Amino acid sequence: MSYLEYRVKSTPSGLRKVLYLNWPLALLLISVAGVGVLMLYSVAGGSFSPWAEPQIKRFALGFAVMLTVAMVPIWFWRNMAALAYGLSVILLIGVELFGSVGMGAQRWIDLGFMRLQPSELTKITLVMLLAAYYDWLPAERTSRPLWVLLPVLFILIPTALVLKQPDLGTSILLLAAGGAVMFLAGVHWAYFAAVIAAGIGLVTAVFESRGTPWQMLKDYQYRRIDTFLDPGSDPLGAGYHITQSKIALGSGGWAGRGFMQGTQSRLNFLPEKHTDFIFTTLAEEFGFIGGISLLTLYALIILFCIASALGARDRFSSLVTLGIAVTFFLFFAVNMSMVMGLAPVVGVPLPMVSYGGSAMLVLMAAFGIVQSAHVHRPRGSH
Amino acid sequence: MRRNPRELDLLNRVSGRRALLLGGLQLAFAGGLAMRMRYLQVEQADQFRLLAEENRINIRLIPPARGKIFDRNGNVLAQNVQSYRIVIVREDAGDVDQVLDKLSGLITLDPEDLERARAEMQRSPPFLPVTLADRIDWAEISRVAVNTPALPGITPEVGLTRVYPRGADFAHVIGYVGPVSDYDLSRIEDPEPVLRIPRFQIGKVGLEARREDMLRGKAGAKRVEVNATGRVMRELDRREGQPGADLQLSVDAELQGYVQARLGDESASAVVIDCETGDLRAIASAPSFDPNLFVRGISVADYRALTEDLHRPLASKSVQGVYPPGSTFKMITAMAALEEGLIGPDDTVWCPGYLEVSGRRFHCWRRGGHGHVDLQNSLKQSCDVYYYDLALKVGIDKISAMARRFGLGERHDIPMSAVAAGLAPDRAWKQRVHGKEWLIGDTANAAIGQGYTLASPLQLAVMTARLATGRNIMPRLIKSIDGIEQPGGEGEPLGVNENNLRTLRRAMYAVSNDRRGTAYGSRIIEDTFRMAGKTGTSQVRNITAAERAAGVTSNADLPWDRRDHALFVCFAPYDKPKYAVTVVIEHGGGGSSAAAPVARDVMLQALYGDTPPLAAYPSKDRNRIKAQQERLHRERLRAQQEQSGRA
Repeated sequence: MSYLEYRVKSTPSGLRKVLYLNWPLALLLISVAGVGVLMLYSVAGGSFSPWAEPQIKRFALGFAVMLTVAMVPIWFWRNMAALAYGLSVILLIGVELFGSVGMGAQRWIDLGFMRLQPSELTKITLVMLLAAYYDWLPAERTSRPLWVLLPVLFILIPTALVLKQPDLGTSILLLAAGGAVMFLAGVHWAYFAAVIAAGIGLVTAVFESRGTPWQMLKDYQYRRIDTFLDPGSDPLGAGYHITQSKIALGSGGWAGRGFMQGTQSRLNFLPEKHTDFIFTTLAEEFGFIGGISLLTLYALIILFCIASALGARDRFSSLVTLGIAVTFFLFFAVNMSMVMGLAPVVGVPLPMVSYGGSAMLVLMAAFGIVQSAHVHRPRGSH
Repeated sequence: MRRNPRELDLLNRVSGRRALLLGGLQLAFAGGLAMRMRYLQVEQADQFRLLAEENRINIRLIPPARGKIFDRNGNVLAQNVQSYRIVIVREDAGDVDQVLDKLSGLITLDPEDLERARAEMQRSPPFLPVTLADRIDWAEISRVAVNTPALPGITPEVGLTRVYPRGADFAHVIGYVGPVSDYDLSRIEDPEPVLRIPRFQIGKVGLEARREDMLRGKAGAKRVEVNATGRVMRELDRREGQPGADLQLSVDAELQGYVQARLGDESASAVVIDCETGDLRAIASAPSFDPNLFVRGISVADYRALTEDLHRPLASKSVQGVYPPGSTFKMITAMAALEEGLIGPDDTVWCPGYLEVSGRRFHCWRRGGHGHVDLQNSLKQSCDVYYYDLALKVGIDKISAMARRFGLGERHDIPMSAVAAGLAPDRAWKQRVHGKEWLIGDTANAAIGQGYTLASPLQLAVMTARLATGRNIMPRLIKSIDGIEQPGGEGEPLGVNENNLRTLRRAMYAVSNDRRGTAYGSRIIEDTFRMAGKTGTSQVRNITAAERAAGVTSNADLPWDRRDHALFVCFAPYDKPKYAVTVVIEHGGGGSSAAAPVARDVMLQALYGDTPPLAAYPSKDRNRIKAQQERLHRERLRAQQEQSGRA
C-alpha cells in the first residue's frame, strides 16, 4: 500500500495528532537527553556552563523540531526525500569547497548562527531516499541488478564525499545504514553475501597497501587501527585514549564512584570527555548499573521503533522508521564499542548524550519523521 | 503506485521478517556490549580502580630546609632566605614572545638567562614551569605580581636559597651549595628521591659537602591529586619533613674576618687554634672568593678569573696546602733528641756555616756560621747545623715518630674539603714509595723541615698547640649540632717529658723576645700576653753550587713563584698558653719578615678579642700598626657593606 491509498479520513488530523504521537518513544528520548545533560553537568565540574545549558536549549529546540516534523503528514516527507537527499549531497560538496577545517577534518559549514555538519544530515536523508525508492519500486524489480545498482550509487556518492573529508566513522555509518535499508527492503541475500565477501577482500587490500604508494587510508587511520588492536603498545601515545577510557570504565565498578566523583574524567585523563568519550564518565560515576541503564534505554528506543515499523501500513513508513532505528543503533553501538575498546577510535558521538548541536538536531528531526509515520498511519475506519 | 494486495503482503512479510532479524541482531549486539561492560566493570573493576588511583595520585616531595651554620658567638654564617623567581608555563602563556616582551617592560631580564630559558622551554613539556629570572628583588617581584593578569603563564614563585652573609671570609671553611648535577647523582649510591627535585641544592665543597648528611634534613611528602597534564589539583595529605641540623662552628667570625683581611691578597693561610679545647678559632686561606657566586651559578668569566689567578683563590690552603715546614720543624727534631736523652739543653755544637755529611756540604742559612750554639741559641737564631748534628744522632725514624705524636704526617679529619695528611717520612716510607734506600742526607734535610717533609698550616697549628700544652690537642671545627655540644679536643697528656717541653718553650720564647731572636721584631710587649714562636723559611727550589758560589740570590730578585715560603708558628700567652697560631705565606720570603708580623697581629687580635691596643706593640712600630689597623678597619667595613648590598 502506498501513501496514495491512505484513507486520509482514517488518519488523525489537527491537534488530535498529538494524542497519537508515540509518547513512550518521546519519553525515552527525553530520558536519554536527561542523562546527557546530567553527564555534561558533571564533566564541567558541576556547572551548567559550558556544556549542559546549551545542550538543554538544543534539546528543547530539537524536541520542538521533532513535534513539528511529526505534525506534517508522512507522505510529505516521502515526497521530500529525493529533494532532501539532493540538498545534502550538494552541501557535502559545499563543505569540500568552502568548509572550515576542524580537528583535522573538513566537516562543517558555518551558517553564522550554527555550524552545519552536512554529514549528519546525510545519514537521515540517505535513509529517507532509500525508503522512498523502495516504496516506489515495484516488488518484482527489487532484486534485479540494475535496480540494485541505483540505491548502491545513492549510498556510495555521499559515502565517498564523507570519506574524503576525511571522516571514516560517518562513512562507515552511512554504508551500514544504507545497506540495512536495502536489506530490509528485501533485496536478495546473495547480494549482501557478495558484498561482505568483497568487504573482507577490501580490508585485506587496505592492510596490504600500507606503506606502498597506493596506500588506501591515511597514516593516522592506520595508527588508530593499530592501537585498537593493541592499545598497550603505546599507552601514552595514540593508545592513550583507549587505555584511559578502559581505566575510567573499569574503575567505576558495580555502582560507580558517585555523581561528580569520577576522577578519570574530572582530572582530564579522558580525552573529548564531553563528546565522544562521555559514556566513560557515566560508567565511571554510575558504574555498571548506570551503563546498563543507558544501554536499556537505547534498546527500548530501538524496540519501539521496530514495533512502530511493524505496525506501519506502507513501505515508506516502515522502511524509514527501521532505517532511522538502525542509524541510531549504529551510533551508540559504534561509540560504546569504541570506548570499551572493542572498536577503533573513529569519532562517533553517543547519540542524544554527547555534546553537539547538529547531531542532536538531525536525530530529533529523524525521530520526528518516525513520529510522523506513527501518527499518520491509518487506524481503521470509524 | 498502486500495488496488488498479494504483492504487498509478500513484501510486508519479507520486510517484517528481516526487520525482526535485524532487530534481533541489534539486541544481540547490545547484549554483547552489556557483557563487555560487565567484564570491565565487575570482573576487572579492582584492577582498573588501582590504575585510576595511580593515574590520579602523585607523591610530591617537600624539600627540607637546610640546616643553618653559626659561628661560636651565634653569628650567621650560612642561612636560607626566601628568594623570588619568575617562572613561565608555556602552555598557559600562549604567545611566549609576546608575554616575554611585556615582562621585559616591567623588569630587566638577563639576555643570557632568557636564552637558557628558551632552550629549556623547547625541551620540556609545555606544562612544566621554566625559570625566567632568579633572585629577583622585592620591588620587581611585586611589579610582576600586580601585573599577572596581563601576563598569562607567568608566576612569581617563592623558594629558599642559600646565602652566606660573611661572603669570602668562610668560603673555604663552609664551601657552598649548588644544584645536584648528574655527576653528583652518579657518585651517590641509591640517591634519595629528594635529590631529583629540580633546583634542589646540595653541598658541593667544604663543610656543606662534608656534613651534607646532617645539613640536608629529611624530605617531607605530600600526596596530591593531579590531572592528566600533571597539574596539581588539590592536596590530599602531607607528612612534614625534618629540617637539617643547625651547626655551630668553633670559629669566631670576627676573628676569621680579621685574619682574612690581614692576609689580604697574599697567597697565604693562617690557623688559630684554642690550646685549651682544640677549637679552631680561625682557619683562613687567602685570597678568597665569594661563595654566593657559586650558589647563583658563577659566570664563565668570573670562574676563569678565579682559576687563572696565580694565587689560587679556590684552594683551601690552610688544610689542603702542604709545605716543607722548614725551621718550624726544628722543635720536633730537638724534642726527639731530648726524649732520647742524646743531648742536654746546654750541650753545644760548633757551627762553621756548614756540615759535611758523607762528602756533601749541608749549609747553614748563615754562611759565616753561628759558632758554639746550645739548644736555646740554635732555635733562637735558627741555626741549621745544630739540627743536622742532632738528626744524625737520633735518626729519621725517631724524628718522624715524634712528628706524628705532634700531629704532623697525620690527617686531622675536620669536616672541610681535601684535608691533607702531609708527610713525616721515614725509611720504610721511602723504600715503599720511592723504592730507594734512605740516605743520611735525607735525614739532614728532614732535620730542618726540608726534603720530603710536608705539613699543612692546620698541622703546624696542632703541633704548636701540643708543644704549648703537652697535651694531645685535636682540632675541633664543629662546636655543637642542634645545640648539642660536641666533644672537645683537649686530649690526653702526650707522655713526653715536661722538662723537655719547658726547654723548648723557653727557646721559642727567646725566638720572639730575645734581642737576637729571629722573630724579635714581631714580639708582643704586653707582659701578660708574651708570645713564643718559631720562624720558618722553606725553600721551593734547590740552590745550585754555582748559585751559591755567586752568592745566594736574594728573594726579592727572584720571580714570585720561586721565592721561599714564609712560615711562623707561635703560641701565647707564654706562661699560660691560650692560642696557637700558624701563618704560612706562599713565596713570602723569610718567615721572620713576612709571616711573623702577621701571626703577631692575629695573635693579639685573638687574645684581645678585638682590635688590640697599640701598647701591646713595640713602641717604634706603633705608628705603622696604627695606620695598618685603620686601613684594615676601612677595608672590612667596605667589604661588609658590599656583602649586605648584594644580599
